[in-house]
Amino acid sequence: MSFENFSFYLFAAVLIGAALSVIFSRNPVHAALSLVLAFFTAAGIWLMLEAEFLAISLILVYVGAVMVLFLFVVMMLDINLNRMREGYWNYLLPALVVSGIFLTELIILIGGRVAFSKPEKVPAAITSEGNTLQLGRLLYTEYLYAFELAAVILLVAIVAAIALTLRRRKDMKLVSSNEQFSANRESRLKIISMPSEGGRREDPS
Amino acid sequence: MITLSHYLVLGAILFSISIAGIFLNRKNIIIILMSIELMLLAVNINFVAFSHYLGDLSGQVFVFFILTVAAAEAAIGLAILVVLFRNLKTINVDDIGAMKG
Repeated sequence: MSFENFSFYLFAAVLIGAALSVIFSRNPVHAALSLVLAFFTAAGIWLMLEAEFLAISLILVYVGAVMVLFLFVVMMLDINLNRMREGYWNYLLPALVVSGIFLTELIILIGGRVAFSKPEKVPAAITSEGNTLQLGRLLYTEYLYAFELAAVILLVAIVAAIALTLRRRKDMKLVSSNEQFSANRESRLKIISMPSEGGRREDPS
Repeated sequence: MITLSHYLVLGAILFSISIAGIFLNRKNIIIILMSIELMLLAVNINFVAFSHYLGDLSGQVFVFFILTVAAAEAAIGLAILVVLFRNLKTINVDDIGAMKG
């Protein structure tokens, strides 16, 4: 068994095991950690497919950002696990039937009948330059419009996430800095004129 | 020799596992979100495999955009989840029936 076969089957087995652990684990924290393992393994598979940039960005974006966000939320929420798990196995049969039918159909379609194999002669551009350089060139020329749309989508996501979770606390003792800066003499000091009370000198004795 | 079908079958297995995950964990929104992430991962594996075996980089560009949209989706989904938990003190799907859907 060559190294390529060995590593593919190893990664595939770990990936499927991690995915099963995501859907079957009792504790959501364990599920999130299994999902981290699944993403790492998928990054390994993508490295085998010579998609180096995407493999690294999968680890950076997913493991570094999205899964940490998931873990934060899971740990922040106080979840009643027992209520969540009741009736867990009731839907096992429909789940198995649906996913089994789906898997069988897909495997009948693609298993062994796809005529694609690795092209004998790899195009010269792929081997001479790095994957990142090629991807960047494609991204900034042909797909520039889509790239900018993706940037706008990310901006909208930032604004939406902040706007959804922002709340103003009522008991917060904050001084408005605008009010503070615009204060002048008239707003703080008030000079009133009143008649002096002359003639009633206190007797020192 | 690993062919394209190997990767496609791997993606199909991953996708059907996450379908089963949505069925089983139908009360837990967090695990449902994680299953959706797994589905997107399966689709991305297919894209990268096709891109490699056809010698065309456009598939990887698509994976890039899917990663972007999935990150935005996860961020907004988790924000909605936090707001939901703050208002209702639960994330159980059975308790969320205010819209009678």
